[in-house]
Order: sequence, then structure tokens, then C-alpha cells
Amino acid sequence: MEGLLHQVLSGLATGSIYASMALALVMIYQATHHLNFAQGEMAMASTYLAWSLIAAGLPYWLAFVLTVGLSFVAGVAIERIVLRPLANAPVLALVIVFIGLLVIFNSVAGWIFTYTIKTFPSPFPPEPLFGGLISSHELGAMGVTLGMLALLYLFFRYTRLGLAMRAAAQNPVSSRLCGVRVGWMLALGWGMAAAIGAVAGMMIAPIVFLDPNMMAGVLLYAFAAALVGGIDNPVGAVVGGFIVGVLENVAGAYLIGTELKLTLALVVIVGVLVVKPSGLFGRVLVSRV
Amino acid sequence: MANATITRVQPTAAIATSWRALAILLLLAAATALPFGLSGYQTFQITLALAYAIALLGLNMLTGFSGQISLGHGAFYALGAYATAILMDRFDWPYWATLPVAGVVCLIAGFLFGLPALRLEGLYLALATLALAVATPQLLKSKLLEEWTGGVQGISILKPDPPDFLPISADQWLYLFTLAVTALMFLIGWNILRGRVGRALRAIREHPLAAEAMGVNIALYKSLIFGVSAMFTGIAGALGAISVQFVAPDSFDVFLSIRLLVGLVVGGLGSISGALWGALFIEYVPNIADQISKAAPWAIYGIFMIGFMYAMPTGVAGGLRLLAGRLRRWRGSTE
Repeated sequence: MEGLLHQVLSGLATGSIYASMALALVMIYQATHHLNFAQGEMAMASTYLAWSLIAAGLPYWLAFVLTVGLSFVAGVAIERIVLRPLANAPVLALVIVFIGLLVIFNSVAGWIFTYTIKTFPSPFPPEPLFGGLISSHELGAMGVTLGMLALLYLFFRYTRLGLAMRAAAQNPVSSRLCGVRVGWMLALGWGMAAAIGAVAGMMIAPIVFLDPNMMAGVLLYAFAAALVGGIDNPVGAVVGGFIVGVLENVAGAYLIGTELKLTLALVVIVGVLVVKPSGLFGRVLVSRV
Repeated sequence: MANATITRVQPTAAIATSWRALAILLLLAAATALPFGLSGYQTFQITLALAYAIALLGLNMLTGFSGQISLGHGAFYALGAYATAILMDRFDWPYWATLPVAGVVCLIAGFLFGLPALRLEGLYLALATLALAVATPQLLKSKLLEEWTGGVQGISILKPDPPDFLPISADQWLYLFTLAVTALMFLIGWNILRGRVGRALRAIREHPLAAEAMGVNIALYKSLIFGVSAMFTGIAGALGAISVQFVAPDSFDVFLSIRLLVGLVVGGLGSISGALWGALFIEYVPNIADQISKAAPWAIYGIFMIGFMYAMPTGVAGGLRLLAGRLRRWRGSTE
């Protein structure tokens, strides 16, 4: 029983990281109806940036804030430079560009930082809590994620900019007529997604270690999480993240073993898409014929 | 007047067709002579490029022609490779007999994966196939299949000997064998794509609703082409396994699928000859770029993918066609 509780708790901890990656995916999906396949690699690049800053002697939290800020700027830049010209391109072209970005981030990180695995520091003390039920990093990661979610909620609910961003995502044409600069709202969404991804990357890196391919599995789980919750619903993405995290850990421990964990993500993705494509909280899309 | 235009058009079309047939025959003759001027390793490389060309043709049928995005064709390539390796290693089958089996296995697997994929549009299919590609190495390493797949170790197979009456090396024989299979697969692919089926697929890509209104059975075509596409890729995987003489889970990771996508984009979406250009690109660019850095080939791949989407969305094959058209018009205006 204690073992199960431990698995569930650490599942919730990784789930919180999947939740933030899923949230980053949903932010971009809501605004542009794109699935950003490069989201994981962008987070990985941000994490390497944090690692370099810490290696250069900066204190952890300063490096954390700088990384989030720089990732935001990079996200905005990618939207403005790479994706803006393709605003009306067919889906295939966009998928190819996203995969291209994925490959470029991955290879450039490998080029600069080599493919050897690095350890990434955790800002939280190393000793386990509550008699070994959960490590303090896991608890801390969960806290950081939930804090970030609360901030995002407040931002979207109570600020003018947040309202404008929601409007631009929901009805770009009317928002433009009301004076919202829709293009910039999309770019801001990209920046925020990149910043959220950076936080997720820095939180998962102490667990999975830092290497250029570290996010492949995480991204897959994040997609699964976003789909479980409904790809156009931020709250759903978070709930989905926790569900997938717990499912992954419990199934990995008792059902299928760790070696088939990624296959579980595949099954979840295909299963949700086939059985209930709108997820738990998503809107059912009806297309007019 | 109407008659005059018809009689004018037909001979030129016929001449163009016979010119093209002649060009293809010349190309085949040159390709047959090729290994006799190359070293063993160079022959091996170009054999592998031919295998990639078949895989790309398969992927192109699905993604380029019918518009269903697959980021997971490496999985079918792996399936074909393992089918051949297992048959050769465990059951002592001759190498040539394993190809049809690999093809049929992948046809069925592709068809079955295509059935749920019918419900997935554009992005979601890309996502599901990406998940398939990421999960493939784990599935191959799985303890449940270890008895067949050899687990992490993989399977080694022997290089086939040339027939006794031919005084050529094993590499050269394998190249000629692969060339023959490639020519056959391209002939089959061309026959599938040039007529009714090809038109139906393009209609599905351009406007599914209109296609359905015109009587195209979308579900049937989509799942069938998924199977056929997987079959081509599986046969390519089988040929690849025979020439590399080794299969292991980690050579079939998600980057193999992305490599195929790169070949598709560079060669030309929706073009049969594009498969050849793309195959040459993904086979030779890493060999050249590896000298700079281990990561360099992938950086180049990524830049080419994005660059082609901006500047040349129809790939090398489309670019050449454009060039030929310009040339013809230019000659027409000077005459």
C-alpha cells in the first residue's frame, strides 16, 4: 500500500511537469491550431541555457529567472521570424517546419554541449520528506508548477493583456476590429509557451538528467496529457498531465514494467484520438458540410 | 481547326513519352554499370540509397499524394527489416524469398494502423505516427519479443553470395539485386499513381469533401494507401537489413522516421522521381557533413527542411520540372 502511495505521489510530481508542457502545447494550439512538435526541444534548449548560466557561477534562482525571460524572447522571435510567413500554409508544411525546428534545436544543442549526459542541480534540499514517500525535489517541482498555473490563471482572468490574448485566440477577426493586435498576441502566446516549457525543462532535468534527447519522452506524455484533457482546454491539460503522470508511474510499476512506458503513451494518444478526440474537457468540434 | 490542334498535340505527347522512356532506359543502363567502377563501400552506400528510394516512394504515396502525414514510417521500415532478419536467421530462408513476406507483413500492419488513423486528420495523424516512431525502439527491445528480435543485441545476418555463374563480388550482386527490386517497385508505384487511384488520392488531399461527393471512397483509399505505403517502406527496410547485415532496435529510432521525412521534402512531395533525389540526399549528406561534427548532418537536415518549405515546396523534382518548363517556353519564344 505504501508502495502504491509512493508511486502515485511521484506520479503526481512528474505529472505536474507533463501538465506544464501540455499547457505550453495547449497555449499554442488554442491560438493557432498548431501542434508544436518542437516544444520539447525548445524546453531542452532552455534547460541547457540554465545549465550554462549556473555553470558560469550564477545562483540558481537568478539563472532560473533569466532563462525564463530569455526563453520568452526566443519564443516570440520564433513566431515572428519562422512561423509568421507560413500563417496560411497547409498543415503538412507546418508539420515539416516544426519537425525542422525540432531537429535544429536538437542538433545545435548536441553540437554545442555534446551528447554526454549532464546532471542538473535541483534548488530543493536532497533529503526525502514524510518518511521517504516523496523527495523534496518532487514536492518542489509540483509547487513550482502549481504556482505557475496560479499566475497564469490570474494573468488570463484579471489583466487587460490576458483578456486580449483570449479574445485573439477565440475570434481573431472580431478582435482585430476591436483594436487587438492579433499577430502580436499570437507571438506573446508563443513566448509564454516557451517560458512555461523552460520551467518544465528545469524541473524535469534533475530527474531525467540533461541530454539533447531528454524531452522526446516528456513531449509524448505532454501530448497524451493535452489530448486526455482536451487539446483546447488549459485546465484539461493540467488535469490530463496529472492523470497521465500517475498512470505512467503506476502502470510502469505494476503492469507493464518501465521498458514499455513510451508505448503506453502511444496507446493513450491513439486511444483518446480514436475513442474520444475531444478529451475530457474539450469542445466537440462539428464541421459544417 | 479543332482537328488541327488535336493532330498537333498528339505527336508531341507521344514523342515526349518515348523520350522519357529512352531516358529511363539509359538511366537504368548507367545504374547497372555503376558498381563496376566503384569500391565495395561505395557500392554498399548506393545500395542503401536505393533502399531509401523505395521507402521514400512509399512515404510519398501516403504523405505527398494522399496528404496523410506520417512521422512514423521508420516503424514500418523496422518491421520489414526485422521480418527479413528473423526469417533469414531463425528459419534459414533465402534472402530473396523474405522480401515478399516483409512486404505482406507491412501491408497488413499498415492497413491495421491506417484503420484507426482514418479518424485522425492532418495534425493528429502526425502526432499518432510520431508516437509510433518514438515507441518503436522500446517495442523492439521488449522482453516479450526478445526470443524473436534478439532484444537489445539485435540480429546479425549473412551477406548473400552472388550466383556461381556470375564473376562479381557480393556487394555488386546485392546492388544489382536491389536495383532490380527498386525498378520493379517504381514501376508498380508509377502504375498505382498515374491513373484512377492516383487521381483519387490527390483529390482526397486537395479537397476530401469534393472527392467524396464525386464518388471516391475515402475510407477505402486512405486505409489501402496506408497499407501499400507501409509495404513499400517495409520492403525497403528488408533490403536495408540485408545490405547492412544487422538489425538492432536503436537504429530504428524516431530520427529514422524524420530522416525519411527530410528525404521526402528535399526530393519533392507528390513526385515519383523525387524519391530518388531524396534518397541520394539522406544517404550522402551525413557522410559529407559528419566530418564537421556528429550533429552537423542533422543541423543541415533541419535547415533544408525549413528552407525547402519556404523556397521550394515541391522539392528538387518540382524545381527541375519548373526549370524544364521555363527552358521549353524560352525555346518556344525564340523559335
